Order: sequence, then structure tokens, then C-alpha cells
Amino acid sequence: MMPDWIITAILVAIKLGFVLALLLTGAAYLVLAERKLLGRMQLRYGPNRVGPFGLMQPLADAVKLLMKEDFIPAQGDKVLFFIAPGIAAVTALITFAVIPFGPPLRLFGREMPLVVCDLNIGLLYFLGLSSLAVYGIALGGWASNSKYALLGSIRALAQLISYELSMGLSIVPVVLMARSFSLTEIVNAQTHIPFALLNPPAFLVFLISVLAESKRTPFDIPEAENEIVAGFHTEYSGMRFGMFFVGEYINVIILSSMVTVLFLGGWHGPLLPGIVWFFGKVMLIAFLFIWTRGTLPRFRYDQLMHFGWKVLVPIALLNVVVTGAILLLLQG
Amino acid sequence: MAAILFYILSAVALGATLICVTRRNPVHAVIYLVHAFFALAMIFYLFGAPLVAAWEVIIYAGAIMVLFMFIIMMLELAPDQTTEGPGWKRWLPVLLLSGTLVVCTLLLMFADAETASGVPRYYASPRTFGYALFKEYALAVEIVSFQLLFAAVGAFYVGRREKRKPRRAP
Amino acid sequence: MNLIRGIKGTAQAYWITLRTMFRKPVTIQYPEQKRQPFPRYRARIVLTRDPDGGERCVACYLCSAACPVDCISMQAAEAKDGRRYAEWFRINFTRCIFCGLCTEACPTRAIQMTSDYEICNRDPLDLVYEKTDLLIDDTGKDPDYNFYRHAGIGVVNPRGGNEDEKPPADVRDLLP
Repeated sequence: MMPDWIITAILVAIKLGFVLALLLTGAAYLVLAERKLLGRMQLRYGPNRVGPFGLMQPLADAVKLLMKEDFIPAQGDKVLFFIAPGIAAVTALITFAVIPFGPPLRLFGREMPLVVCDLNIGLLYFLGLSSLAVYGIALGGWASNSKYALLGSIRALAQLISYELSMGLSIVPVVLMARSFSLTEIVNAQTHIPFALLNPPAFLVFLISVLAESKRTPFDIPEAENEIVAGFHTEYSGMRFGMFFVGEYINVIILSSMVTVLFLGGWHGPLLPGIVWFFGKVMLIAFLFIWTRGTLPRFRYDQLMHFGWKVLVPIALLNVVVTGAILLLLQG
Repeated sequence: MAAILFYILSAVALGATLICVTRRNPVHAVIYLVHAFFALAMIFYLFGAPLVAAWEVIIYAGAIMVLFMFIIMMLELAPDQTTEGPGWKRWLPVLLLSGTLVVCTLLLMFADAETASGVPRYYASPRTFGYALFKEYALAVEIVSFQLLFAAVGAFYVGRREKRKPRRAP
Repeated sequence: MNLIRGIKGTAQAYWITLRTMFRKPVTIQYPEQKRQPFPRYRARIVLTRDPDGGERCVACYLCSAACPVDCISMQAAEAKDGRRYAEWFRINFTRCIFCGLCTEACPTRAIQMTSDYEICNRDPLDLVYEKTDLLIDDTGKDPDYNFYRHAGIGVVNPRGGNEDEKPPADVRDLLP
């Protein structure tokens, strides 16, 4: 029959297509879900005109974004202005490659892990890409040659660097407990009890850092509408803005998946199949994001820095030391 | 195969650094420097140290260069008039460099699958890396970390808030 | 203590948003559901008629003068019996801000506001209302008021020549 590598290639292609389609539609419908949920929190309906219950709204939005004029500021750096949204969207998209979203599947008599690429340093890959995602924002804001965009970029840079630190530090206990950088192994280490229960401080610090990392309320000062218009994407319009926008929501999905994988036990759960558990948990965290947006006001810039450096980082550092000590003691 | 990749990547790293030094626009220079870091990271990977490669990207490209950019933006070092003219021509080197990097990445990936010439003989897993760092070279690591501590304390001293002098009665 | 208060405050905020999420929205679904405005709602302007069926407007230009955005224009004319009327009367609803100053200025209660708020159009020129569009067959808010019954028509007739007037007494005549 068919040679082995063709089947492998087809399986990988199917997996890639599935993940890509899932991410993009997921991001599009997350926007709708956010708008509807926020609406209900404010005693409104949210979008409900396009299609039944407004379900075609993402499509209408996409069409609108595509039809809009693609505006490039006259004094801006055109090439960087072109590339920046691409960096933001692509770094967000390819991060999902290392996230395992289900238990290994048996297909055509072969084991297929439900992850695009099971890297043994998957966690570092995630951290690396999330630190590279900053470039899209920084370059986009700088290339716009607009003071609001530049201010937004500067704020985003400072915020993302500070919170990446606490995020990285809060992952360290997880790595210590799972004894691996591979996300699949981290999930498998949580077969019985998720790390969120074993190490709540790390979970909380990671959750807050992730919120800051996705630049959403209460940490949305890089795009604070009522201070600096729209922050780093002030000058963007049409599909270029759309790429920033989609990138942001893909980021929300990815960060929710990371919370699920690192702290909530990934696909492990009783009764239901693994994939359902995984996406259920991801949706729960995404709802938490939206809920927070509906609840909390925005931080001031100095409050944000204070909270990041003087509260989260010490807690995370202390947590690393304590977890390490406990693990050493348990090992005997 | 590994040797050829090494030379290509070294050339990319050197070339990117050279262009970086000659740029007038600091933000453009940062972009070239990031390319150099990427090439370096891939060289590390080629040598069988994926952990160091990842740190290279996370810390140098992700954190330190971003801090650089932060400061450049704050100081407004960039020339306020961007030169008019064909934009893509100016960016040809960047396209070339990133294209080379992408091709090299693909080559590395396929070389891995073959488990033939591309894979290094020595492979440092995170565990071995950690043991080497904190057992064999513990003293060096401690010395470096103390240096960093001094730097942090120094920065704290320099950046401390000036105590306000008590106002004398007129 | 501060920490406990902070946590409590945050949790309360989250609880309120969660609770609100399950309440019925207050939105009125506009094209399907329409809101009944209050009787004195200030929306589309009309020209009313007096109880006899004649136009109330005497083209005095007071509304036009009162209008802060200058959206009312007209041309006065006189009928044979001296009754003033507007030859044409035009309100530009693209400019109108529905402040109601014209209705306050009107001495004859001709110009009035209705509660019809659905004034929108694709072509702005369709929002320039002419006299035929403005004039309605009703007395509007003050049904018994009839300016010309009280004041009579102008002074073109000789004194006492109006309907309910007696001719003036001749002071040089001794007869009663």
C-alpha cells in the first residue's frame, strides 16, 4: 500500500488544517462570545442581527474589515508598517503547535499524538514566541509615526517584559514538579491531581501574568481607548488592524490553553473524552478573561509596574524556592 | 550537512551584525541584530544545545533587544524624517537574511527526521545542561550571579530617590 | 486586613457582573419594538390649522429668527383680504436640532412638534420638508385657539370693516 511517510504526512497535514481552522474560527467566535457576554453583563443583548442570534457576525466583521481602506501614514516606515501585524498574527498562530489538546489518538493503526509538534522544550518555545510577539506591537507602533501609537508601543513593551518575568517564574514550579519542559509530559504528570491545586500561588501568579500578557482589561493600558485612542494600532485600518485583532484573540485562546495545560491538567478528567475536557477548560478560562473585562477597571501605569515588580515577581520567586525545597524534602 | 549549515548561519550572523552596526536608524539596527541572534540560536541548536538556543531567543531577542527598543523609543533617537524612496529596496537585506534563516530552519527540521548527518553527536538535554551548569561550573555561575547582584544594587543606588533637603528658614 | 478587604471587594465586583449577566436586558429591539414617546416629546415639526380649517401660520418669521441653526425659511405673502400667509415654508430637517424654540416663538401656535421621531433617510435632500409636507389637517395641541378670530385680519380693511367690528363712531356727528 502507501508508503509510511505519505500517511504520516497526510496525518500531519490533517492535524495542521484542523488546528488552523479551529484556531481561526475559535478566535472569530471568541470575539462574538465576548461581545455577547459583555453585553449581557451590561444589560444589553450584544450583536444579534446578523443570522440567528447574531451567529454570522464574525463573517460580517471579516467582510467589513476586508472592504475597508488600507491606510498607511505618510511619514511612517512603510515596510515595517506592512510587516508588524503579520508578526503579531503569525507568532500567535504558530504558538499553538506545541500545545497538546487531547490524548493520543489511534488512527489507521498508528498512534497519533494530538499535538502538531511535541517539542521536548515546548515550554521554552512558548515563552520564546510570546516574547517575540512583542516585536509586532513595538514595530507597528513605531512605524506608524504617531504619538499615540508610539505611546502604546512603549507601554506595551514595558508591560510585556515585566509580566513575562513573573509568568516565566511562575512556570518554574510546574517544570520542577513535572520534571520536564515538554507540555505533553507536564499534562501527563497531572493525571490525578492538577497543579492548580498542588501549587495555587503559582497558578494565581500565572493567571494574572497571562491576563497582562494578553493586554486585556485590567491590563489594557497599551491600547487604553480613553487615554491614547487605540494604542499601538491607532493608525491601522482594514485587514491590517484585523490581523492585530485576530492575533489578540488567538493569543487569548493560546494563553487559556497554556493555563489548562500547565495547571488544570490538560485533557485529564473523568467520564468525558479528553478533547472535550480540554476545550471545556479552555472555554472556562476564556470566559474568565471576558468576565474580568466586564468587571475590573483599568490599572494606572505606575500601579501596573508596581504590581508586576513588587508583588508578582517576589511571590513567584518565593514560590520557586519553597516548591524546590519541598520537592527536595519529599525526594528525601 | 551540519558544517555547511554552520557556515551559512555564521555568515548570516556576521552579515546581520555588520549591517546592524552600519544602520543610521536605531530601530532598523535592532531588527538586524535580532536576525543575528536568531542565527546564533540556530548555531547553538546545531551544536546540540536546544536549551541554550531557546534562552538565546527568549532572553536576548525577546527581552534585552526589547528593552533596547524601549529605550530607543523613549529617547526618540530615530531620525524624525524617514527617507523617501522605494521602501522595499532598503529592506532587501532583511528579506534575504530572514529567508536564509527560514530555509536553514527547514533544513534542520528535515535533517532531524533523517537522523543522519544533520543531528549532532552530542545532545544536551535540559537535565544534562542543568547538571553541568550547577555542578561543574557552580563557582563560575555564582561569581556571575554575584556580579549581576552588584549591578542590581548599583542600579538601585543610582536610581534611588533623592532625599529632600530640609528647607532652611529664610 | 487591607488584603481581606481587597479580596472581598474584588469578589463582590465579580459576583455583581455574574449576577447581572442572567438578568433580562433592558434593550428595546428598535425596528420590531417601538417605544411610545411621552406626549410632549419634541420631534418632527408640523404646521397646524385653526379650528376652521385655515392655515394658522401668518409668516411672521419669528420661528425663523428664533431657530438657532437657521433651518426654517419662508416667504410671506398676503391674501386679498390682508391675511398673511406663507407662500412657501421650508424646514431643513438635516439641520434641525429639535430644540423647540420655534414653537415657543410662534404667536399663532401654528408651528408645533409631534412625537414622530423616525426621521431618517438615505438622501439628505429628502429631509428638506416643504409646506405641503409640513401642513397637517389638525389643530394640534391647542384645538380651540384661533388667532384671527381674536385679532382680526390685518388693517387693509377700513376701520370697522372687519366681520365682527362696528364702524367707528364719528366724533363730529352728534347723532348716537
